[in-house]
Amino acid sequence: MTEFDAATAAVQAALDAGARYADARVMHRRYESMTARNGDVEELTQDESIGLGVRALVGASWGFHAVPDLSDAAARDAGRRATRTAMASARVPGPPVDLVPVQAVTASWASGCQVDPLGVPLSDKGDLLVDATRTMTKHGADLAEGLYQIWDTAKWFVSSEGHRIDQRIRECGGGISATSIGDGETQRRSWPSYRGQYGTTGWELVESLDLAAHAAQIAEESRALLTAPQCPAGETDLILGGEQLALQIHESVGHAIELDRILGWEAAFAGTSWLDLAQLGSLRYGSELMNITIDPTIPGALGSFGFDDEGSPAVKRDAVRDGRWVGVLAGRDSAAMASLDYGGSVRADGWARLPMVRMTNVGLEPGPHTLDEIIAATDDGVLMDLNRSWSIDDKRLNFQFGCEVGWEIKKGRRGRMLRNPTYTGIGPLFWRSMDMLSNETISWGTPNCGKGQPGQIGHTGHPAAPARFRNVRVGVSA
Amino acid sequence: MTELELAGQVVELVRRLGGPGAQAEAVVTRADLALTRFANSGIHQNVSESTVGVRLRVNVDGRTATGGGSVVTADGLVALVERTLTAARLCPPDPGWPGLTPPTPTPDAPPVDEATAHAEPDQRADRVGAFVAAAGGLSTAGYCRTAHRSSAFANSAGHSAYGRSVEAAMDGIARRDGADGVARRSADRLSDLDGAELGAQAAAKAQAAADPVELPPGHYEVVFEPAAVADLLQNLSWYGFNGKRYAERQSFAEPGAAQFDRAVTLVDDPLGGSGLPFDAEGTGRRALTLVEAGTTRAVAHDRRTAAEAGTESTGHAVAGGATWGPMARNLRLSGAAAGPASATGRSTTGAAAGAVVDVDTAALVAGVRRGLLVTDLWYTRVLDPKSLVVTGLTRNGVWLIEDGTVVRAVRDLRFTESYPRALGPGAVLGLGARAVRQPERVDGAWWAAPSLRLASWHFTGGASG
Repeated sequence: MTEFDAATAAVQAALDAGARYADARVMHRRYESMTARNGDVEELTQDESIGLGVRALVGASWGFHAVPDLSDAAARDAGRRATRTAMASARVPGPPVDLVPVQAVTASWASGCQVDPLGVPLSDKGDLLVDATRTMTKHGADLAEGLYQIWDTAKWFVSSEGHRIDQRIRECGGGISATSIGDGETQRRSWPSYRGQYGTTGWELVESLDLAAHAAQIAEESRALLTAPQCPAGETDLILGGEQLALQIHESVGHAIELDRILGWEAAFAGTSWLDLAQLGSLRYGSELMNITIDPTIPGALGSFGFDDEGSPAVKRDAVRDGRWVGVLAGRDSAAMASLDYGGSVRADGWARLPMVRMTNVGLEPGPHTLDEIIAATDDGVLMDLNRSWSIDDKRLNFQFGCEVGWEIKKGRRGRMLRNPTYTGIGPLFWRSMDMLSNETISWGTPNCGKGQPGQIGHTGHPAAPARFRNVRVGVSA
Repeated sequence: MTELELAGQVVELVRRLGGPGAQAEAVVTRADLALTRFANSGIHQNVSESTVGVRLRVNVDGRTATGGGSVVTADGLVALVERTLTAARLCPPDPGWPGLTPPTPTPDAPPVDEATAHAEPDQRADRVGAFVAAAGGLSTAGYCRTAHRSSAFANSAGHSAYGRSVEAAMDGIARRDGADGVARRSADRLSDLDGAELGAQAAAKAQAAADPVELPPGHYEVVFEPAAVADLLQNLSWYGFNGKRYAERQSFAEPGAAQFDRAVTLVDDPLGGSGLPFDAEGTGRRALTLVEAGTTRAVAHDRRTAAEAGTESTGHAVAGGATWGPMARNLRLSGAAAGPASATGRSTTGAAAGAVVDVDTAALVAGVRRGLLVTDLWYTRVLDPKSLVVTGLTRNGVWLIEDGTVVRAVRDLRFTESYPRALGPGAVLGLGARAVRQPERVDGAWWAAPSLRLASWHFTGGASG
């Protein structure tokens, strides 16, 4: 029995039990991660999981059931149980459910991969982390940590509308960090990012990060931060590095444009959105420099795929154009409810989880400047980079971010290093204050986006470049 | 094949394929998890899973690797063992390997409720229906979930253990003009969850939360309801009472020091509710007093951190613990020894119970001259782990208290505060008598706390700017 056979059996059983629509997804995922600390491998984990999840629609009600068994009997039972669960949902019915049309396709898709990350010898991968952490320890770090993660996922999707799609997506990445512990506080510097950089790519991504070459510098900077002056409190011009701006996009734009949040489906947990669908196409989200795209077609970015987990093909769309809000992240049912004509942004983090609206690659198109030009044009401000903490309200308006490091900007020059830099603001006001944008774009990967109940971890990508924002409140502390 | 037989088979495979020197521990868990989710007062997501998982940790020639999988066929188990042994052999040495748990008795776990273990989707839907109906026409959202785990442990040192656990939880909000009220419970039995009671409570709070005003930032006296206190307990546990962070000098905890107000007693009590009687390393789980009358007494350990500290595991090993450290996940803040001085509270904001929905909270509110009643904390993130300075926001209702009376609803506020400092000596002005169990995002973890009155909390800005 092939994976497609199991998925087909589950879908057919759901239809036989009374579903008007059903789809099923078999996923086989191999996962490997290694962490190292202070020159030793701390943990090596390898997981392999395979199973089937089937979704059934009865009237206006959904049901979902998942099993780790691909036998015909288990698949059919899963289809029947999903349908029975959908029928139970009808005891507390919601509004009618429609699905925006998608052309049924038979297709295969695979992400690009030059060096199979699971094929690289473990000893080589271990040496990479051990050497880097040993170097950081030698250069003053109290805690020197390194990490890589690899996901190799195969999916087989079948729907009652005739889809038959298989995909293979290989993702990997990693990074290092150095922590120095002082009297009552800690300071940390990371490379290239908090938790590292990730993409839908092979081990060549990790090699390109050149972890060992940056180990000494971040260790020394983490120690220097212990005695650096505190980031002053007040309003000033703020320049954000690309990695921090990627998270700013993720939290204050990506989640806000998720249609399930806008419709209230996440109200009790992840929250809603400040956006009102009645203003789609007219609302000013930010300055005219702000052009945000939803683009799962970017080669190698962490939010890329061929088809989403409803069988919708990857398509690039605008979310914000010239500062105006024009698009959302949607699924087939949420789009139909909002009278939109597209889905394409629905994914699940495993076979046992229900597909839901998730970010793909939500990124900021580049501007005309370089970071050096932005600094040179700034008379008085702070440059902050690499995220340390993040928090935003349930409507995605009020945020406060902490960064690992800040630098004074005085008369167009980068000055002293500043510790504990934080900044806070309100999403649309902040984005409207963006007045300079760099052309040095990197597609940052976020492998830890939490959403949904039961909880799911999403993988998203965020093209971003450094940018300047005027009159931002910085230096919030306890 | 039972979970215990499967775990034993995995350990035997390691012996056969890895040789007599290979050390192994295996955990096999079958789980039936279900969650019925509602929004806009209708069920919109309704999911269940019947899964099995194997986790294997091996140490060969001083090298350690962990493997896991969902394939429990004979071939699947052989493949799991072979790839985990191969990984271990290729790994650098593991100087911190603490060895295996020796054969030891496993504590008795509380009995599981079979009705909850085998609950049907109709039963969850009916509780959701009761919540929605009790909200009196307000828009509602939330979930009702049940979880049943059957888990076995075996290792090559001859230790084995078996246990089952069940849990039910319900969490929902009612909404009025964008103002939310919440009610949340974790229980050992689905039958202990009353959807109508929770829905009425959420609705009463939502009604009382209408027309909020903006307050300036600053230090305010606060009364936290159990949902808000749960966030304090979680962050104290993950960052402060974590044996790995303690060993790394990243924790504020100093055993023997009077770090908290004398009113604070914190006990991790994993078998205080239905829970598995052993941890990820097979160590028996039992109650551990972390803070006693304000004095820090202990931190949580697994075998690795215990060996580093020269002590014994406290039974707090979790999967992935080598990286994250041991976790206390069933923390209870003890309530006041005597009942509250007053059993009535006053509210001018709405009918029925209004903002204050229980007598414990009412008694604490009655003693506040000027302060804030806070229902829930949201999106809390640690700015510095050692001082445990945390930022986050209020959610699901904040009210201004003046002269012992709730006088008006307040817009959400952002705070930046050191949790241990806020609970420090002299900082706790009152505790409710009853600890109310709050669910965590995953089953098996919970936080039990009464309402709590604190002298000061640093609000750094309004959510509007």
